[in-house]
Amino acid sequence: MRDADATAYVDAACDLAGLPLDAAARGRVAIQFVRLAAVAAPLLAVPLPDDAEPPAVLPP
Amino acid sequence: MRAASTIERVEATLAAIDRVDPALNAFTRVTRERARAEAAAIDALRARGAPLPPLAGVPYAVKNLFDLEGEVTIAGSAVRAEAEPAAADATLVARMRAAGAVLVGALAMDEFAYGFTTENSHYGPTRNPHDPQRTAGGSSGGCGAAVAARLVPLALGSDTNGSIRVPASLCGVWGLKPTFGRLSRHGSVPFVASLDHLGPFASSVGDLARCYDALQGPDPRDPACAQRAVEPVAGEVDRGTQGLRLARLGGYFDDFATDRARAAAGLACRALGVERVVELPAAALGRAAAFVVTACEGGALHLDDLRERYDGLEPLSRDRFAAGAIAPAAWYVRAQRVRAWYRTQVARLFDDVDVLIAPSTPCPAPPLGAEWLELPGQRLPLRPSLGMLTQPISCVGLPVVAVPIPEDGALPIGVQVIAAPWREDLAFRVAGALAASGVAHSSLPAVRA
Repeated sequence: MRDADATAYVDAACDLAGLPLDAAARGRVAIQFVRLAAVAAPLLAVPLPDDAEPPAVLPP
Repeated sequence: MRAASTIERVEATLAAIDRVDPALNAFTRVTRERARAEAAAIDALRARGAPLPPLAGVPYAVKNLFDLEGEVTIAGSAVRAEAEPAAADATLVARMRAAGAVLVGALAMDEFAYGFTTENSHYGPTRNPHDPQRTAGGSSGGCGAAVAARLVPLALGSDTNGSIRVPASLCGVWGLKPTFGRLSRHGSVPFVASLDHLGPFASSVGDLARCYDALQGPDPRDPACAQRAVEPVAGEVDRGTQGLRLARLGGYFDDFATDRARAAAGLACRALGVERVVELPAAALGRAAAFVVTACEGGALHLDDLRERYDGLEPLSRDRFAAGAIAPAAWYVRAQRVRAWYRTQVARLFDDVDVLIAPSTPCPAPPLGAEWLELPGQRLPLRPSLGMLTQPISCVGLPVVAVPIPEDGALPIGVQVIAAPWREDLAFRVAGALAASGVAHSSLPAVRA
């Protein structure tokens, strides 16, 4: 994810979510969002069987 | 010589907290009057010759996310400081009281449990009793520090991604993260409903087992709590490991550990005669799923705080909460689906192994304020990375006894003793064997030596 894309996403999402953050806070949130995107990337890439359903309460 | 009364023991505990805790900052509240009243009730039972409950007169304290009747449950946050006091005790606090234990206070934590270092900007950092310039770990840092400093022999904490096992490792005490759904969470402030566990800390494995036994039992007020009968483990601690199939976790668990952490796991394995090494399949994906679920559920839970009180929230975690609150729903659903798939992979591992050994943390306690974790060939942000080795385990709810491995002249570090779901009994057998071998014990820190 490009930093500019993250910044644009964070700006738009903060507005939609009603988060009244100033520019400095949005910049810090964008840094965290990029880190979260990096962690999420392999989850989005791994093939999953169709029956891997998100559980309401996951039995251990 | 006359045995000390409970009230005498509790007064000694309160005096020790007054004397030692200013250097540690483990306690956020000392519940003196309640402690004296509970102690007097135990002494009255003893005076009548009535049967005493199993934890009669044992002082304990709880992470400040547990409801205590008449006290504000701050959950490490300044924005909750003016909230209404709790109307009743949390289920586990009520069970401790029924077991005769005496509550002496509430303990420090990272705000809303989102952290591994208890560097709380509102209430100050909690310091490690083995070196006050270092972190006690988190988010249950007050629990680890209070038990390590022998201010209390027992404490109750929470573990979403490692928040019992990380401070237990860095402070050199015993801890238990039970199977997800084993212990009721009713009356505690949630963080991530899909992953939250509660559990005890102790200065000995026997005390840990006795405390856990007192906490067990179904509770329909926690929707995730399994309606299982009590399965006591206190009798398992001295049973030994004969017949158990044991292995050390390698691969991912070697890659994200310093030499010291790997050495601690190796020492434990040698004491147990374990030579077999296995890999937890897809551990990195499990950790990633836990990370994303945590950010999204935590962010959503605190969205109102983020909207209305951003400046009053913890600077070390509010930006991470906000990033999670605005993450695409597809990421969250995908992470939950990966958890479901990962669970099936992990379950297969237990077809031919009973208990797994792995380091609890990548390193011993880092200095307060440290930003980076240096591992062979990689440099990682320290604060989230202290949970690298705990998150793949709690992601699928496996029970873990956190075992302290001290070393002369060095900081302690811990290992995880991991069993299949609902087999806490097996983890306690191995933990007890490690204690009996002498390699595992909670060493006395300089602050109390």
